[in-house]
Amino acid sequence: MTKKTCWGFWSLVLAVSLVAALPLQAQESITAVTEAVAVTTAEGTVTESVTVATEEAPAGEPSVEDRIADLEAYINNVDRPSGDASKIKAPGPGHNAWQMVSTALVLFMTLPGLALFYGGLVRSKNVLSILAMCLGITGLVSFLWWLCGYSLSFGAGNAFIGDLSYAMFKDMSPAGVGAGYYWISDYVWAMFQLTFAIITPALIFGATAERMKFSAVLLFTAIWMFVVYFPMAHMVWGATGFMCGPLNPDAGIKAIDFAGGTVVHMTSGYTALILCMILGPRMGFGKVPMPPHSMVLVMIGTGMLYVGWFGFNAGSALGADAIAANAFTTTMLCAGIAGFVWGLAEWLVRGKPSVLGFCSGIVAGLVVITPAAGFVTPTSAVIMAFAAGIIPFLAVMYLKKMLGYDDALDTFGIHGVGGTLGAILTGIFADPAVNSVVEPLKAGLLVEQFKAIALTAVLSVVATAIIAFIVKFTIGLRPTQDEEREGLDTVDHGEEGYILE
Amino acid sequence: MKKIEAIIKPFKLEEVKDALADLGIEGMTVSEVKGFGRQKGHTEIYRGSEYTVDFLPKIKIEVVVADDLAEKATGAIVKAAKTGKIGDGKVFISAVEEAIRIRTDETGDKAV
Repeated sequence: MTKKTCWGFWSLVLAVSLVAALPLQAQESITAVTEAVAVTTAEGTVTESVTVATEEAPAGEPSVEDRIADLEAYINNVDRPSGDASKIKAPGPGHNAWQMVSTALVLFMTLPGLALFYGGLVRSKNVLSILAMCLGITGLVSFLWWLCGYSLSFGAGNAFIGDLSYAMFKDMSPAGVGAGYYWISDYVWAMFQLTFAIITPALIFGATAERMKFSAVLLFTAIWMFVVYFPMAHMVWGATGFMCGPLNPDAGIKAIDFAGGTVVHMTSGYTALILCMILGPRMGFGKVPMPPHSMVLVMIGTGMLYVGWFGFNAGSALGADAIAANAFTTTMLCAGIAGFVWGLAEWLVRGKPSVLGFCSGIVAGLVVITPAAGFVTPTSAVIMAFAAGIIPFLAVMYLKKMLGYDDALDTFGIHGVGGTLGAILTGIFADPAVNSVVEPLKAGLLVEQFKAIALTAVLSVVATAIIAFIVKFTIGLRPTQDEEREGLDTVDHGEEGYILE
Repeated sequence: MKKIEAIIKPFKLEEVKDALADLGIEGMTVSEVKGFGRQKGHTEIYRGSEYTVDFLPKIKIEVVVADDLAEKATGAIVKAAKTGKIGDGKVFISAVEEAIRIRTDETGDKAV
């Protein structure tokens, strides 16, 4: 391109964009009214027609007071007072931006946070099977979510399941608000919730690592989403949900769960326990050493989970407001301190604090604070951190050996036990001064939390047993002994994780 | 000709190589191996699962020398590789039937 042609091209681009901008400039319309005005001149009074711009709102337009009230509601992240008369026809930028960032952070927790955390914990011949599991589940669940999963979770439906009114995202719009909260886009809400729906099944397969076929993983996930996840998400977070204390005055169980202690951690934890028992242990379990092949990857994954969890918890405040700030703070404190406590416990019991101990403690802290993040004070979070560093520690160190199951990556020990612990501690420490949602529910909350735990556990356990046997007797759950010995990476994916010359 | 196989602690490799070079022995083959004798391994713990790691990393040096050099070479290796602590390793000597230099087709002592 010669210099002349170059200049000519860019001048043309500039001209075109100026012309295109004209219609945008014309959007701002000033309300004009024609008034009759008496004008006094030397010859006498003459009536002239004058057109003036007026501040009086014509009929149908919101008043200035209404519009200011609307703006105040946006800043304070509360209900839009003017409803349809509002001039804000779209999601509120600040809250919506934080929601989008939170969504990206939660996806980051799965890809690659959980992928690396779990990936480093398995033997190198199986590292890709973990990565594939995370990738495959992301795609599968995304499709199911769009198809009908979102609708089944958040459509009105009944107390236990939604409906198909939003299947394939019909009757939804990116500018629509209110499905999640007043100022966030309905689309962003759906995507935020999708990232939760993705990570939940991915957690399960930590327990079954190194001996479950990829096809079985996907088939189990597909069925499990319909039988367990969509109903649970609906019951706990849907406005008509059976366990939705904050939103449903007719809720059968008036429990609270800020970001998913029941829906995400307890379901995956109890499912993991039953599934790994039905699946059976890895070949050589108990005799052959199977240490993590890369503690470096485990730690990197832990860091990503920690950072991403701010989207998980603080994003569940559904606005960049004080509740989000509270959730952010409790998450940070509980996770870091729980990690230290676990390491300390190891130091005392085993003589050395391990990196895996710190990582496990951090994740346990994150799990325990999940149902409580926007409901408890920082001090409560610190107390919860000590519980989170000790009780899952005991479950992993002793319960597993006592009961003899091969929960390869401790999904039950950390997510199942931690989620249960978190639900109980939420019942104890939830504070109306932190979040007004707690006020009408505080009396008898602990009992409601136990009921929620029971329902979640029973649903997860029963459903898992049935689905596991369906998969076992159709396509089978395990690879052959030779395949398991060779490693799932080559067998299921035809790849090697590390080719070191 | 004699083949000298020495299994030594990895950090002693440079010393042994230099000791052999001082005797005019410039060629050798080195491999990374694992093994144990009387030196015990160590214990690792991952979330309550304890593993005893028995095998320790060692270096195996293989060098083929003319018969008259075998005793001196062995002595040099033992001296350079010794720390006095358990796990120093072992040296094995065996007879070699034939040796050939691939580039020149030389055989016997001329090849080593």
